[in-house]
Amino acid sequence: MFKKILIANRGEIAVRVIRACRELGITSVAVYSDVDRAALHVRQADEAYHVGPPAATESYLNIQKILNVAKRCGADAIHPGYGFLSENAAFARACEDANFKFIGPSAASIEMMGSKTRARKAMEKAGVPFVPGTSSGLDSAAQAGQVAAKIGYPVMLKAAAGGGGKGMRLVQTKEGLGSVLEAAQSEARRSFGDGEVYIEKALINPRHIEMQILADEHGNTVYLGERECSIQRRHQKVLEESPSPIVSPAMRRQMGDIAVRVAKTAAYSNAGTVEFLVDENANFYFLEMNTRLQVEHPVTELTSGLDLVHLQIRIAAGEPLPFTQKDISLRGHAIECRIYAEDPDNNYFPSPGTISLLLDPSGPGIRLDSSVYEGWTVPIDYDPLLAKLIGHGADRPQAISRLVRALNESFVGGVKTNLPLLRRILGELDFQAGKVDTGYLDRLLRSKPAEVKHDEKVAAIAAGLFAILEHPSTVANDGPDASGWKKVARADALRGTT
Amino acid sequence: MLYEVTIDGKNHQLQLEPAEGGWQCRLDGLPVKVDAVLNRRNVLSLLMNGKAYDIKRELTTTGMNIWVGTTRYAAQIRDPRSLRRRKDGAGDDLSPKELVAPMPGKVVRILVSEMTEVEAGQGIVIVEAMKMQNEIKSPKKGIVQKLVAAEGANVNAGDVLAIVE
Repeated sequence: MFKKILIANRGEIAVRVIRACRELGITSVAVYSDVDRAALHVRQADEAYHVGPPAATESYLNIQKILNVAKRCGADAIHPGYGFLSENAAFARACEDANFKFIGPSAASIEMMGSKTRARKAMEKAGVPFVPGTSSGLDSAAQAGQVAAKIGYPVMLKAAAGGGGKGMRLVQTKEGLGSVLEAAQSEARRSFGDGEVYIEKALINPRHIEMQILADEHGNTVYLGERECSIQRRHQKVLEESPSPIVSPAMRRQMGDIAVRVAKTAAYSNAGTVEFLVDENANFYFLEMNTRLQVEHPVTELTSGLDLVHLQIRIAAGEPLPFTQKDISLRGHAIECRIYAEDPDNNYFPSPGTISLLLDPSGPGIRLDSSVYEGWTVPIDYDPLLAKLIGHGADRPQAISRLVRALNESFVGGVKTNLPLLRRILGELDFQAGKVDTGYLDRLLRSKPAEVKHDEKVAAIAAGLFAILEHPSTVANDGPDASGWKKVARADALRGTT
Repeated sequence: MLYEVTIDGKNHQLQLEPAEGGWQCRLDGLPVKVDAVLNRRNVLSLLMNGKAYDIKRELTTTGMNIWVGTTRYAAQIRDPRSLRRRKDGAGDDLSPKELVAPMPGKVVRILVSEMTEVEAGQGIVIVEAMKMQNEIKSPKKGIVQKLVAAEGANVNAGDVLAIVE
């Protein structure tokens, strides 16, 4: 087993890995940028080293600086967390070359899954289902017409070199196909320098469901159940749950078997996630594989009873998986809410600042993975995720009611957060009925919630009592001859300063 | 003690006097008895007519937010004896308006130059925070008298970026 692990990350995931290290008796090493000197992961680690200025490219993304720290402190392994360098094949290779064990898959596996076309070719060969269409470029409008007629309208034309929604065109009927294909090809040529365009059946607002897998370095691979991640906006997930309300045991087995096949085809080891798009008839199609620990891994930990970070470390240390597929049983239902520093009144724009008051929830079935504390200033330089609140119950309604109860116990003062949105989603009828897809959140946000306010009087009385109770001296009858000190104190009380 | 309290833009008269087991309040003339404990800074427990309220307070640039349960109320409080010092009117459209940064961030672009005419709602400065860009718009039609922030500068919430007159 490793003696010392460097965590090449920050925020709640760094804290999460530090906790696992401590539980396993491993010394943890944090790295931090200028603005993170006071961050929680630095406070909680056994050792911490500065790696550079706030810009991630000069700190958390700087491979050389991180490896220098690893050498200096004598670490024997590096955990990349998620984001930053976690899916960077060059980093995984540099770790191996410098004799640090990278806690994740091999550089070759990361590389294979990082290239859409390479991944698709290999996975098609392995019989993994893809959205119906062509895997290579279209030559002519006639060919496009034939394929579209076979797979059925609507269809999506996609630039092979595109991504992030760019170079995509929706075609509803065969009349428009020819001209849209031409436009898509010329746009692809202009934007990406490559006019290759392929065709796929259009999935309108599909569900996003992913399967967690674990693979050791001895050829054993298992799946740990799915996560429903359809509630997202701008490709950012907001709420995830396991199991998915629409996945039956038979479908889970099918998806799980395919996810295991994907992992084996990529010679994958460690924790990974195979993402699928699911249409309204519960047909599922391979989307991509995430070659790292996911943000939403806690929901799987709660339903499987396993600690994924412990297992990641054990696998990287060469241990075989301590169980087989038939030993894995899933229990109850878990839902994760991502608490972001975002301003609901300003289109959910990031809202950094100093946390002036922080009240954390607790109680049955509640887990909080947080990276913040009262008095800490959320820096402007990174992702606005503050914490993840996870509710676990015997079934979905109980998980929801526990989470609602816990969200109502939570308070974050000083920065704006999406807590009101999370409460709204959990109380909404379609969500409660499990009717969610990737268009759900945009639809919900189009309508403003009806705000019912009936405690103005309580608020007015509270405002006065705050002023009096924080400065008891101001209650004394201070007439015209009151001292200047008293006047200052009263003015302060009214402003709420000090 | 007599206060003038504004809740979500509406004014209330609040009188608070110590009484047996708590406070005797008069809100807009209506009497109510309140038991209050300041649990810690910014957290207040109120008991009114047998009902329990857990109240939180957040200070803001314009006053404070009072949270009753999960509902937020924008509040200001004034002691009438100091009201005379209060300047009336938040400023009409003829007075100069300051553009302030709504959040800490970095000024990545300035979209206009000094002394140019701008429309209400026209973008003046782009501030970036957490990888997202936010266009700060002119609050009124007028002339950009001064650009206070420079491109590349780090700004804090409330910092003046420009003045439009």
